[in-house]
Amino acid sequence: MNSALFRIAVRWVIPLQLALSIVLLFRGHNEPGGGFIGGLLAASAFLVYGMAHSPESARRLLRLDPIVFMALGLAVATLSGVFAWTATMPFLTAIWSDLSIPTILIGDLKIGSPLFFDIGVYLVVLGIGTSLVFDFWEVQD
Amino acid sequence: MLLFISLIFLGSLIAPWLYRHAKGWTAHLLALLPASLFVHLITLLPQISQGNVITQSHLWAPTLEIDFAFRIDGLSYLLLLIISGIGTLIVLYGGGYLKDHHHEGRFYTFILLFMGSMLGVVSADNLYLLFIFWEMTSISSYLLIGFDHERKESRQAALQALLITGIGGLAMLAAFILITQTTGLLTISELLQHPHLLKQDPHYDVILSLILLAAFTKSAQFPFHFWLPGAMAAPTPVSAYLHSATMVKAGIFLLARLYPVLAGTLLWKYSLAIFGGITMLLGAFVALRQTDLKKLLAYSTVSTLGTLTLLLGIGNTLALKAAVLFLLVHALYKGALFMVAGTIDHETGTRNVHLLGGLAHKMPITATASILAALSMAGLPPFQGFITKEIIYEANLHSGPYALWIVIVGILTFSCMIAVAFISGIRPFTSKRNETPKTPHEAPYTLWVGPTILGSLGLLLGIWPQWIDHSIISPAVTHLSGIPHTVKLSLWHGLTLSLGLSILTLAIGFTIYKGRHRLRSMHLPRTPFHYLTPAHLYEIALVSLMNVSTALTRRLQHGYLRRYLLVFITLIAISLLWVMNAIQANQVPWRPQNTIAWGEIIFIALMLQSALAACVLQSRLMVVMALGFIGYGVALLYAFYGAPDLAITQVLVETLTLILLLLLIHKLPKFTLKSTPYQKMRDAAIALTAGIAMAFMVNHALAKQPYPSISQWFSENSLLAKGQNVVNVIIVDFRALDTLGEITVLVLAGLGVAALLKRTKKTIPPAS
Repeated sequence: MNSALFRIAVRWVIPLQLALSIVLLFRGHNEPGGGFIGGLLAASAFLVYGMAHSPESARRLLRLDPIVFMALGLAVATLSGVFAWTATMPFLTAIWSDLSIPTILIGDLKIGSPLFFDIGVYLVVLGIGTSLVFDFWEVQD
Repeated sequence: MLLFISLIFLGSLIAPWLYRHAKGWTAHLLALLPASLFVHLITLLPQISQGNVITQSHLWAPTLEIDFAFRIDGLSYLLLLIISGIGTLIVLYGGGYLKDHHHEGRFYTFILLFMGSMLGVVSADNLYLLFIFWEMTSISSYLLIGFDHERKESRQAALQALLITGIGGLAMLAAFILITQTTGLLTISELLQHPHLLKQDPHYDVILSLILLAAFTKSAQFPFHFWLPGAMAAPTPVSAYLHSATMVKAGIFLLARLYPVLAGTLLWKYSLAIFGGITMLLGAFVALRQTDLKKLLAYSTVSTLGTLTLLLGIGNTLALKAAVLFLLVHALYKGALFMVAGTIDHETGTRNVHLLGGLAHKMPITATASILAALSMAGLPPFQGFITKEIIYEANLHSGPYALWIVIVGILTFSCMIAVAFISGIRPFTSKRNETPKTPHEAPYTLWVGPTILGSLGLLLGIWPQWIDHSIISPAVTHLSGIPHTVKLSLWHGLTLSLGLSILTLAIGFTIYKGRHRLRSMHLPRTPFHYLTPAHLYEIALVSLMNVSTALTRRLQHGYLRRYLLVFITLIAISLLWVMNAIQANQVPWRPQNTIAWGEIIFIALMLQSALAACVLQSRLMVVMALGFIGYGVALLYAFYGAPDLAITQVLVETLTLILLLLLIHKLPKFTLKSTPYQKMRDAAIALTAGIAMAFMVNHALAKQPYPSISQWFSENSLLAKGQNVVNVIIVDFRALDTLGEITVLVLAGLGVAALLKRTKKTIPPAS
């Protein structure tokens, strides 16, 4: 889209959108949010950037290939389950540490393996969202 | 035991890395693994020779009834020694044979993988654990046979072996399930303590037939024998290890392991005797017509396996002693002969027996080893093979009503074996030299150390059999039969009938050897039976399977989305109607659960209108808009009924989908109507039926509440799981495994789309 207004708006909106997606990710355990929602929001941020400029520049903004995000997310999610084996519990048992980080927007953030699982989900959804969007967009006639 | 097997699997994993860094020493380093196991086993010798049984057990998946339970008794001890001992030599041999092969690292991985699995098969106590290791040997065998995967021959042979042994594996699983369900016992140790349970069980026939299928496919009995000669497409170290000394013995081992529990009945005796006998003769005769060294040895192995089966069928004390001893002796001489065949191939470039001769000058050490092994195979004194043959003949003579037939079969088989031994192990080294593609010289030590050790053992254990008869053979026979036995072996038993038969065999064998050229060039009449050979039947089966699958896939996977949807929705409509009828859902009154606000009603009416519009409108853009409206409407409903996570997700997904559709709209061809009025009526009718049936079902579910709601438990326990958002806690904690499955599906879908769309892109976008 060649609208200059749109491009300027996007410059401000994208960082906010990405920040919001991270916030939604971390607050998901206690309030509406979570990995799926965060990932979708992040993917749509890149989509909007792509609409303002071009899919190639949106890919460049993403830095890594979408498939890398998907693989990374799957690995993180699986490893968070493997973590339970160190406590001789079955795969994917939630292991919580005693850490609790006070943050501004989210309240007290507790650290545990479900958090990492959610991060994994976030990365996978980000990966597939951007992958589908960019692949379909770049289809030549 | 678990430690050693895990170490070997670990070795298999790091082998390629090791190869990249240690090049020439990889084989030596990796051979330390089976060597250390062998040494460890030797330390266990005093325990085993007293008849003790060592068991070990670790929990694995108790609800699936699989544990890491291992059992080392006399029988498994013997086989463990064979696998680890010959394994050490093979790894060294492989290093020499495949030197500088670009896939050499991969070879070590596969061979160690196989070694670990085979060790598991013979030492597993839990039945299902045995099955897992059994299948792993099939898979590693597939990888090894197809090692030279660029040759079509290798691929086909590998697939053939996998399919045939795979059927056996499935049969074995079925048999094990039957056994565990009817007896309630899970381990071999427990089964051996109650040997009469299965024989009296009404399912005995089925169980035995399934086990026989498993054993016969793995140990290449008629009619499943044809994969073994085909497997000679594998590199020779593989043939020497798997297809002579170890893997093909797995079927025999299975029969021996379950002998106390299954044997003694008529079905056992007759099946084993008949199939074993046929295989014995078949292997021996066909072997004589071969000119390729490896095929010669392969068919003679088939024959040996038949002999072992026959012996287990005969089942008297002598036969069992013979079987155990023959198992060992055959592994020793066949392993040696195969390795020698590989060395000859490596040095001269050919395996054709017509071209080979007089190599003794050039390859003295290999020649010695080969001659030692061949003489043991021919059963000449003072080799161990002679002792074995004597016992086998004794067993044949005392085998019951059909002894005469069995003795005749035995003599014929062994005569052919003598001829084969001379043709493959002695002739290439004697008489005059012929022209060979490569000029031969003595092989590197990695190639002759194996055959030399194995060949010498054949001689030494023949002269001094007391080294092993009490300590290794006796416990093996004891645990094979379930009754304590002591075995005393010696070279000279006096002038017995068996001795006479041996001399007769020697005479016949010599005659066959002399007349081998005439035998080979004999043209067997091309009977119509040629089309019924098992190998040909296998081919026909495979080809027809492919044809049927292709035809079926073409019918069902036609690629028209509208037809897929039609099938789905029609089936849904039919099943809903069926269930509705069964539970009388149409009689449940329609009473709203809560009071419905006017806003809701108006909104739902708007959504209905959008849906109708989507069916009727002629512009693609408008249809997309209408569908989008419905999507957002659903999100609003979610929010209205108090599900914020669902609502947010719905909004985001809908937005992404809409934008995606809009991006693609202008790339699609012009909007044309493809359905005839008849089709539109039909589609409308089916859709309405499905929708209305669904409405009735939902009403029924809400009104009658046939099952208690699960949401209460989740909301109560969500605080315990340290989260206040129940939905998220369910996704990420309670049902995390489901979510893991879902994101795996997402990844697969993403990969699929990326792969499919890759070809539509003219330029690949730069990845930074």
